[in-house]
Amino acid sequence: MDYNLLWFVLVGVLFAGYAMLDGFDLGVGSLMLGVKDDHERRMLYNAIGPVWDGNEVWLVTGGGALFAAFPPVYATVFSGFYLAFMLLLFALIFRAVAIEFRSKEPWLWWRRWWDRGFFAGSTTAALLIGVAMGNIVWGIPLDASGEFAGTFLSLLHPYALLMGATTVALFMMHGAIYLHMKTEGPLQARVREWINPLIIAFIVCYALTTLATLLYVPRMTHVLREQPALFAVVVLLVLAIANLPREIHRGRDGAAFLSSCATMLLLMALFGLGMFPHMVYSVPDPAHSLTAYNAASTEKTLKIMTLIAAIGVPIVLTYTTTVYYIFRGKVKIGKDSY
Amino acid sequence: MNVEMLSRIQFAFTAAFHYLYPPLSIGLGIVLVMMEGMWLRTRNPIYHNMARFWTKIFGLIFGLGVATGIVLEFEFGTNWATYSRFVGDIFGSALAAEGIFAFFLESGFLAILLFGWDKVGPKLHFFATCMVALGAHFSAVWIIVANSWQQTPAGSHLEIGGHPVPLGHAFEAADLGRARMVIDDFWGVVFNPSSMDRLSHTLVAAWLAGAFLVISVAAFYLIRRRHVAFAATSLKFGLVLALAASLLSLVTGHSSAGGVAKNQPSKLAAMEGIWQTEGQAPLHPFGWVDMLHGHTAGPKIPAGLSLLVAGRSDHVITGLNDIPPDLRPPVQATFQCFHLMVAIGFSLIALSLWGAWLWWRGKLDDTGYCLTRWFLLLAVPSVLLPQIANQAGWFTAEIGRQPWIVWGYLRTSDGLSVVVKAHQVLTSLIGFGLIYLLLFVLFLFLLNRKIQHGPEPLEESHDLPDNWLKQQRA
Repeated sequence: MDYNLLWFVLVGVLFAGYAMLDGFDLGVGSLMLGVKDDHERRMLYNAIGPVWDGNEVWLVTGGGALFAAFPPVYATVFSGFYLAFMLLLFALIFRAVAIEFRSKEPWLWWRRWWDRGFFAGSTTAALLIGVAMGNIVWGIPLDASGEFAGTFLSLLHPYALLMGATTVALFMMHGAIYLHMKTEGPLQARVREWINPLIIAFIVCYALTTLATLLYVPRMTHVLREQPALFAVVVLLVLAIANLPREIHRGRDGAAFLSSCATMLLLMALFGLGMFPHMVYSVPDPAHSLTAYNAASTEKTLKIMTLIAAIGVPIVLTYTTTVYYIFRGKVKIGKDSY
Repeated sequence: MNVEMLSRIQFAFTAAFHYLYPPLSIGLGIVLVMMEGMWLRTRNPIYHNMARFWTKIFGLIFGLGVATGIVLEFEFGTNWATYSRFVGDIFGSALAAEGIFAFFLESGFLAILLFGWDKVGPKLHFFATCMVALGAHFSAVWIIVANSWQQTPAGSHLEIGGHPVPLGHAFEAADLGRARMVIDDFWGVVFNPSSMDRLSHTLVAAWLAGAFLVISVAAFYLIRRRHVAFAATSLKFGLVLALAASLLSLVTGHSSAGGVAKNQPSKLAAMEGIWQTEGQAPLHPFGWVDMLHGHTAGPKIPAGLSLLVAGRSDHVITGLNDIPPDLRPPVQATFQCFHLMVAIGFSLIALSLWGAWLWWRGKLDDTGYCLTRWFLLLAVPSVLLPQIANQAGWFTAEIGRQPWIVWGYLRTSDGLSVVVKAHQVLTSLIGFGLIYLLLFVLFLFLLNRKIQHGPEPLEESHDLPDNWLKQQRA
């Protein structure tokens, strides 16, 4: 395994980690307006309260790793998707301060307003992340120097929007499963009612996306045709999705959540397999594509980063797990709560 | 306005706004460690009460810091794509290390700091507080290493289309897309000539921001005779840190300026308004730069600058006249920002000494005493001073670096994203302007409410974990 492949995988792992972790709190944001009672809304905020900003660090670190390992990819995508990323930033800022400010004042209008901001910010962020992924799968026009040659509106084509909708559905499903794990009583019963429709919504979106991918972006499936052993990923993915209602039905919330995480990890794996070695696929001229080899930092930098990751990641995983362990169990509102 | 100017303004605005918060969380982090450490040592509930109150303030500040910080991570790519490709091989490692070593540490343990009071024992909580403070300091380390490398590149070389190029080679516009800096030596990058001076100066300046927030709020309570015991003790914590940090900022500032003199002569000339290359270079305590006639008006200390830089009055300082105009930074802005920072630095030393003297005399909370009363009245608005000085210091560093974005290698005007249009940057700039204005107003509003509300009464806040007393007796 060379360092370019390693970092292609590691950047994917970081973004998968982001999806698994921030995915549920973005999903909780999209579900926020589903409960009306102020106390219940506070339960939702506090279910993600201690962990949301640690989750967002995965995006920051993923962005940093992309910048470090594949600077031209970072530069082309971030400048090419300028307005979309600005919108994403506004959405992320809004939801961050909504959590922070919302319960600081008792006034109903104040809380309602921030709840809407939190919903809008979370949903917009999920949608934009999906749209960006959709464009990466579909391919974007690049010129000979690897610069984006399209426009903002050209990013909003149906395939990308479908991927956006799939991401929103996925995060909402993930968020509902997380909430089911963290709540109890009537609120949990309410959340329970959301889960099956959300699983169905996700499956419908995902089936449509898959169909569209097979029809219009067949290059994403080349690798599976050439190496049939990799079809195991698809099998595992379908099993992970099918396992969701089963675990929920049996009342094993933790297992359901892990299954949902596995779904995201496998989706990311499928995405990575389909893309490799491309990181930004250029249409109509694939010769301009950015790959893990023509757009990487020097091997020396990749080696240094590997060392940094080898030291840092185990430490990070240890205390992230510890924090989740300390805040395990059903959420309770206390005087330090949001 | 063109896309270059708009991108410069947007980056300056978003970075400056973000930088209101990290110094406070770095400085306040130290204060929290001191307070909680004292509580663990003495078990005096007043320290517990203080730690809890300041933790709430810390949480609010930290939230704003996180929300505005992500923007910067994205902005290198969105607005400065050419620069990102150029420096990615070096800059990226530092950012990745920052994420792994600093941000995760901060945000993970922040959960315990804010929400873990009743979930974990006092010692583990104290450990979490220490880790949050440490994480805040680490985040400063990596970003300043990256920024210092831009000021004084080291441990790396320039490459065009894969071939090494000697320094000073002016590359054609056509080469811009194929040029990049390549790492030779990671530790050479980390310990580049300016990084340790600038890191230490930035950190102590951040401690000042935290210390004077505590001093200001405590002084406000003392003047109003509210929460007197709480305020007097908080004030002492603030003063200890303020005194140490203000004196250290003098030391670190001096060695930073020495580094600038050595490595960035054009920046030093602009900071000090020096036009003629000469020994016996004068020092201007304040002044006004006359750009038209190439002259700096104002009082002069003869040979002051030469003495400060080298300890010898005949040390030659390069003047702006010997620097080609297209390699000079904007002189007036650099000069004024620098002098503002220095002036504030000295007033903070004076204020800290004044407070320490009152403490020594045992008059710190004696509002009947005239000198105490004046001290407290000045201490209330003093929270603004380190903030202004921090901003002015960064403006000095960054404006003084112009026209370079990477000193000697890449001009700021060459670092832009070529595909981003002026109207797009204008749109995002207006967006940031409106959102940040809203955030700032809300931040001040909520901060003010928390301060007006004050700490919890001592009995109520004394809610240790149920088993704590038993543990103590056992």
